[in-house]
Amino acid sequence: MVRKTIALALMSGLAFILAFILGDWSPMERLSGVAYDYVTRGAADLGAMNLVTAIVVTYRGLDTLGEVTVLFLAASGVAVLLRRKRDEAAATVKIKRAASEIVTTGASLLSPFIVMFGAYIFLNGHLSPGGGFQGGAVIASAVLLLFLAHPDYKLRHNVLNIIESFSGFTYVLVGLLGLFLAGGFLDNRFLPLGTYGTILSAGAIPLIYTLIGLKVGTELAGILENMKGRA
Amino acid sequence: MENILITLLSLIILVAALAAIYLRNMISAILASGLVSLFASILYLLMAAPDVAMTEAAIGAGLSTVIFLLAFKKTRDEEVENG
Repeated sequence: MVRKTIALALMSGLAFILAFILGDWSPMERLSGVAYDYVTRGAADLGAMNLVTAIVVTYRGLDTLGEVTVLFLAASGVAVLLRRKRDEAAATVKIKRAASEIVTTGASLLSPFIVMFGAYIFLNGHLSPGGGFQGGAVIASAVLLLFLAHPDYKLRHNVLNIIESFSGFTYVLVGLLGLFLAGGFLDNRFLPLGTYGTILSAGAIPLIYTLIGLKVGTELAGILENMKGRA
Repeated sequence: MENILITLLSLIILVAALAAIYLRNMISAILASGLVSLFASILYLLMAAPDVAMTEAAIGAGLSTVIFLLAFKKTRDEEVENG
């Protein structure tokens, strides 16, 4: 009874606050200061056709580095928690049911193209919607398809770890190069901006997004393999 | 026309979210929560945010649903093993 009364009081308090906020809400007519600056100057400043990428990779590059770090910590956590379990369970090997012919054939036919599409997404991050995170997730979904088709498929951990460490390290290195050769940490303008709208443009943005794509792809593939476990 | 579509999608999202909470079968609940992300990504696309829509479709609807399913399978296996 008491608990219900408290819950009801909390809910009505929340409803009151929300009604208060919604009461004098009106849609924005103009962009606010920083957003206006990004939209008017972004294209000429950084040479990226996709303004979202310019903001994510350069203006707010430090946040993106933070996001990559969070994903890295999550992947490490999954690996630490689940790897030990797998060793314990290694003694009791279970026989997994093999996937059907349709799934295996479809997986071997489609997975190269899915990986290629993922690479396309992060290579064109500065021209079209998408970027490192999306491309990495698409690549990880190709790995997932392989896991579905071949339950005891094993990834090469050494190669994955090398790619992941290399791309993470180079990402920070590129950021430092921006600090020393251009305006600040993760500034993309230490490489030539190139012709607006071509694949080799926008300075270091394609390089950074390729590194992020590789890192996110290998991390998500590692999470999937650790979750699958017990192979 | 677009407003009708947006309202419809929001209603579908609400129904799928409620289904994810109230469904007794855990696998159906996980699939319903994946459905929320799938329709949310269409909604983002309609609202001119293709970057967010791609992330939502690939990570929200795809990978996290699979990770939930794998985690559910793992916990159920252990319940069976421990009695």
